[in-house]
Amino acid sequence: MDQALSVTELNSIVRNLLEGEPMLSNVCVRGELSNYKIYPSGHHYFTLKDSESSLRCVMFKSSALKLRFRPESGMGVTAWGRVAVFLRDGAYQLYCTQLMPEGTGDLQVAFEQLKARLEEEGLFDDAHKKPLPTIPGRIAIITSSAGAAVHDMIRILGRRWPMAKLLVMPVRVQGAEAPPEIAGAIRYANEFDVADLIITGRGGGSIEDLWAFNDERVARAIYASRIPVISAVGHEPDVTISDYVADRRASTPSNAAEIAVPDCREVAELLHAYEIRGSQAMRKKLAFLGERLENLKNKRVLSEPTAQIDLRRMELDHMRKLLAAAEDRELASCRERFVRLTAALDAMSPLRVLTRGYAIAADGEGRCVRSVEAIRPGDRLRLTLADGRADCLVENTQRSNINGSEKESAEL
Amino acid sequence: MAAKKNPLSFEEALSRLDEIVRHLEKGDLPLGESLALYEEGTALIASCSKMLDEAEQKVVKLKKGPDRSPVELDFEGEN
Repeated sequence: MDQALSVTELNSIVRNLLEGEPMLSNVCVRGELSNYKIYPSGHHYFTLKDSESSLRCVMFKSSALKLRFRPESGMGVTAWGRVAVFLRDGAYQLYCTQLMPEGTGDLQVAFEQLKARLEEEGLFDDAHKKPLPTIPGRIAIITSSAGAAVHDMIRILGRRWPMAKLLVMPVRVQGAEAPPEIAGAIRYANEFDVADLIITGRGGGSIEDLWAFNDERVARAIYASRIPVISAVGHEPDVTISDYVADRRASTPSNAAEIAVPDCREVAELLHAYEIRGSQAMRKKLAFLGERLENLKNKRVLSEPTAQIDLRRMELDHMRKLLAAAEDRELASCRERFVRLTAALDAMSPLRVLTRGYAIAADGEGRCVRSVEAIRPGDRLRLTLADGRADCLVENTQRSNINGSEKESAEL
Repeated sequence: MAAKKNPLSFEEALSRLDEIVRHLEKGDLPLGESLALYEEGTALIASCSKMLDEAEQKVVKLKKGPDRSPVELDFEGEN
């Protein structure tokens, strides 16, 4: 060997070998109990042996709780379970799920075997179970038309939910014909879609009486049913294969009737609750809208529609006043400037000069005469004085020199 | 409202009611729609209550007819 295995590796290989063997996953073995011990955990540990060999077994609490007898060392038993390796000890053992004392009737053994087989096949899987309709309109009752069970169911269904239409499909529920009749009725109900829910079962009796509901044909018909099935067989402790396969197990036929339909009084209460909730929601809505309306009504734009206009009008008046004031100021400043300019103008007026004794000479065409060069003797001049004018005839002209002495003169 | 060609089953009526009440409780619908829903709900409650009050249990015996199709007979119970 190039490489040694670890103990864990070796035990794992053995475990995989053993646990991969289908025959060992569901075995039934007969032997004598020895060394039977119940641990505080609730698990049961024991050894099964015969004259030449022994087998370690464990039964977990969940399975042990279902035991209907008290196992003791020395007792002959039949055990069901799977063989697996307990890795820690490197020991294989039987993980026992069911134990039955020797001498148990063949029926019970057959039951356990069928149960193990169908379970293995997946007929009891929760994933396959269909939900029951909340309010089935039509309920098929597949049971005996004689006996208390059917009447109990009709009575309770009628009391709880009289609206459901009940279709009784009479079948025999015990004897050799019972299983094919029950299975046939289930298939027929599906074929013609006669109901929304099926209840099948019967009242209490011995294990032989209930046997039809442990029949594989019935189990397969229930499994194949499109219509949800409630199984209602016997009394509380009786558990049949039908119970495992059905979508729902009822402990008794009466219990099935309770499971199948709601109580009309509860539904009436529900309706009432809806009524109250609806009205409350409506009242709340109206109150909310009313409040909004009230808020809007109180807005000034609605309560005093002219308020905005008045406000604008006031603003306008104010502007107008400002404008008028500005105008006044402008006018005053213009006036002031005018007065100033008038005064200046006045100061420069030739008329003022004239009052001081000067005169303005103008020629015949009214042009101001500024130089003797512009006139000749004999020309007419008009003199403007401060208070009037005089028309004059030029007798002679004399030009003054720079310092004012006469330079040349002309005579008329 | 929806045309009442196919009256709702009781179960459908209940789930419709549930829907209506939830809508109303959310309170985000316009008043007109709220009122319409409220009316629809009230009518549903009334018709459901009527069904409950007037329900009379119907029990029949279902037998296979000559052509295999189901035949309903009176059920009196055999004892």
